[in-house]
Amino acid sequence: MSDLRDLYQEVILDPGKRPRNFRHPADANRSAKGDNPLCGDKVTIYLKLTDARVIEDVAFEGRGCAISTASASLMTELLKGKTEREANALFGAFHQMCTQDEPAQVEAALEDEFDRLQVLSGVRHYPMRVKCATLAWHTMKAALEGAAEPVRTE
Amino acid sequence: MSATAARTAPLLRNSYDIAAIRRDFPILATTVRGKPLVFLDSGASAQKPRAVIDTVREVYESGYANIHRGVYHLSQQATERFEAVRGKVARFINAGSSDEIVFTRNATEAVNLVAQSFARPFWKQGDEVVISEMEHHANIVPWQLLAQQIGVKVVVAPIDDRGELILEEFEKRLGARTRLVAITHCSNVLGTLTPAAEIVRLAHARGIPVLLDGAQAVVHEGVDVRALDADFYVFTGHKLYAPSGTGVLYGKTEHLKRMPPYQGGGDMIAHVSFAGTTFRDPPHRFEAGTPAIAEVIGLGAAIDYVEGVGRENVRAWEHELRDYATARLEEIPGLTIYGRARDKAAILSFALDCAHPHDIGTILDDEGVAIRAGHHCAEPLMDRLGVPATARASFAMYSSMEDVDALAAALRKVREMFA
Repeated sequence: MSDLRDLYQEVILDPGKRPRNFRHPADANRSAKGDNPLCGDKVTIYLKLTDARVIEDVAFEGRGCAISTASASLMTELLKGKTEREANALFGAFHQMCTQDEPAQVEAALEDEFDRLQVLSGVRHYPMRVKCATLAWHTMKAALEGAAEPVRTE
Repeated sequence: MSATAARTAPLLRNSYDIAAIRRDFPILATTVRGKPLVFLDSGASAQKPRAVIDTVREVYESGYANIHRGVYHLSQQATERFEAVRGKVARFINAGSSDEIVFTRNATEAVNLVAQSFARPFWKQGDEVVISEMEHHANIVPWQLLAQQIGVKVVVAPIDDRGELILEEFEKRLGARTRLVAITHCSNVLGTLTPAAEIVRLAHARGIPVLLDGAQAVVHEGVDVRALDADFYVFTGHKLYAPSGTGVLYGKTEHLKRMPPYQGGGDMIAHVSFAGTTFRDPPHRFEAGTPAIAEVIGLGAAIDYVEGVGRENVRAWEHELRDYATARLEEIPGLTIYGRARDKAAILSFALDCAHPHDIGTILDDEGVAIRAGHHCAEPLMDRLGVPATARASFAMYSSMEDVDALAAALRKVREMFA
């Protein structure tokens, strides 16, 4: 039960029920839709990206399980003010954390953000749930890259 | 009569030796994450009794060779055992002849075979196939492919809020262009048992043949294809306690004999030359290449096992499980059961107001309880229900009342965490 308690600790359950940045910003200039057809999770990520490739605003809408919703909520909190490069670096470290036992490394400037992502590290023990935790991030990356097609994690 | 019927149920619990049956399924003695396995995903694929496992091993250890080829003893023996299962399947579903039994990989392949061999060469653009709103993708996508290939139309008959097929609406969709009705005999999501005999009667009155998807029904309720007068009946072995890779297409001889081959290759031919090739008669015409030999022989062992316990006994036991599970789940606050058909198999789809089905699935897994969470290969039905996904507990001949109790207790833990 300890793994499960870790995964569903209050810090996930709360944003899962009351997500932050759950909105559609009127001035967003990038967006992407992602879905996980296996479980029916759907998410849309909105970005306001400056000319200097800085994420000025990030928000999401959609429906999904507690893990995907909490992950999307946390991601939007962490990425505001980050550059595209930093966002990709955090995603890389987060993805490794969710899928591999070896601890991921991030640059010193992102350590605080990465620490906050550790709350989701429990998904590593539930491989079927990794795609729930990473859906918002994959979709955010698609939004950054201006991908037109919906992202799918399955 | 009613007094007798009322007494049957409580007596059955004593006469159905569930403990002995569970001992026949080795996997039920294992643990998951340190907890005894409570396997409630038999609707996706059932566990196998020792008799099936032993049969497959015994074939490989002492009775294996390719079939329909060798002049040597081992091949003849394997061929006889393989073909004997064809007869066994025919008796099991009361087909008129073993020549009406085509082995496929699974029910999905059986539907594809009918679409590509019965329909595609003969249907014209604008011809119609009538399906229902609660079909498994296996009985939707093959018809959509056919629509892309030759422009046929897939017509959908609706269900009501209980999850029952609306017969009047179904009947309205039978028209001059309807070439086939292809409908589930039992919904894999809702458990609904469709009125197959009535469906066949309405279709036949207009000269329309009927395919029934029996993947769930053959397990939970059993089938008599001649009593139903079905034209095609498909099911899969792996849900019937048999190895995977064993599917069955039952087709009336009158249909099979005018259908061209589905795939080409060895074993389905009479003679091959570069000038041209002639094909064997059904069912072998539809079985190209080496089939799942040991697995099909294992299917025979699975049918023997089910018949040993008794079809009616299994059915009665599963109905008790269904009623008990429904009652226990209804006690849980915030739980909604999807599928309230008056005639229903032991399949329960549900949702909790406080937790997504995938979260339910993960927390139940931690309690050793295996259920299905998702769209159950029936996305159009999820749209009809207005949900992205459901959780589903599906029962089998080896499911116990204690399994139901474990499910209910685990669901209460989900509520404690989320509510």
